[in-house]
Amino acid sequence: MSKTTITPADEKARVAAARAKVTIFDIFWQFLIIGATSFGGVVPYLREGLVTKNHWVDDKEFVELLSISQSLPGLNATNMAILLGDRLKGWMGAVAGIVGICLPGGVLMLCVGMFYRIHGDHPYVTYMLKGVAAAAAGLLLATVIQLGKKSLSHQFDLVFVLVTVLAVNRLHLGVPKTLLIVGLVAIFFHYPRKSEKESVKQ
Amino acid sequence: MNQIPILVRVFAYLSILTVGGGMAAFPEMEHLTVTVHNWMTSSQLVHMYSVGQLAPGPNMMMIVSIGDWAVWKASGSMTLGILGGLVVIVAFFGPTALLALVVGRAWNKLEKWPWRKSIQQGLASVSVGLLLAGTLSMAKTAVTGWTTGGIALFVLLMMLWRKINPALLVLTGAIVGVIAFMPK
Repeated sequence: MSKTTITPADEKARVAAARAKVTIFDIFWQFLIIGATSFGGVVPYLREGLVTKNHWVDDKEFVELLSISQSLPGLNATNMAILLGDRLKGWMGAVAGIVGICLPGGVLMLCVGMFYRIHGDHPYVTYMLKGVAAAAAGLLLATVIQLGKKSLSHQFDLVFVLVTVLAVNRLHLGVPKTLLIVGLVAIFFHYPRKSEKESVKQ
Repeated sequence: MNQIPILVRVFAYLSILTVGGGMAAFPEMEHLTVTVHNWMTSSQLVHMYSVGQLAPGPNMMMIVSIGDWAVWKASGSMTLGILGGLVVIVAFFGPTALLALVVGRAWNKLEKWPWRKSIQQGLASVSVGLLLAGTLSMAKTAVTGWTTGGIALFVLLMMLWRKINPALLVLTGAIVGVIAFMPK
């Protein structure tokens, strides 16, 4: 990844030096910039801003935090803001991070919502929105496929995926019950084995 | 004004369902905002979600509009509407933020716990399933014919084959939509 030739030890020293100088406002400002520019997905922008540009975390820690945020409920973007902010400057850093990353998109969506409320039934807005919604559906499906490829470790996991979809969309069991029932069965299916033949693909 | 406590309850609840991504909570969000509380229609919700894909930042920021809309509809006040939007953000991100903070700090201890990996692997399949379920219920509203189906398929293939910025693909969808549906 890195173009320059820096040893891991150098990188560690650089991160420690950069981290010592970080203020709450720096965190807020950096996350605000990411919140305002991260079109099409936050994670690459987070990496660019925090690892490459500011050296507040190294790549290894970034990937570790990403895996924590993916296994918790909540959005990747906001979980990462909390985890990174907390590592940098405690809970106040976490608050600065999440407020910064949410602010630009939140203000924008507030305005978009108001505009839509007034002009949403204008024919040209409707045509546009039909196209946008269809594109978003395609985008989502691609995200699901990519996530599935990356995070499913066992062929039988596909059965859990299928059962979850049927429970929610056909049996209308509701998300919480499905999560609880299928989740528990799936966790016990992956009970801790002594030998780790099926290790997770990262 | 009386919508605010309901918004807090609904979005704090939706918050904990977002396992794997915001879309995991979509079927429940649709049920609560459309069927139970009549804040908006299904297609309005899908429109707001989809336009939200063009905005930078976390991809569920459209919840702000739901809060704004719900309170505005009940009170007629723009200021209270904005307050509704703010309340929704805090309710939706608060619970998971707190959890992330706690788990993030305990991670070093959790890392050695043998069941951690089981939970991660088990939840991975369920969260992919929940995201797929959310995607399908959203697609039911979004994909209504050949044109919308074609746009969705095009975006899907472009995403899987090439590394194109998703926001650009959504923008392309908007342009194709206007050209395709515009009265000739």
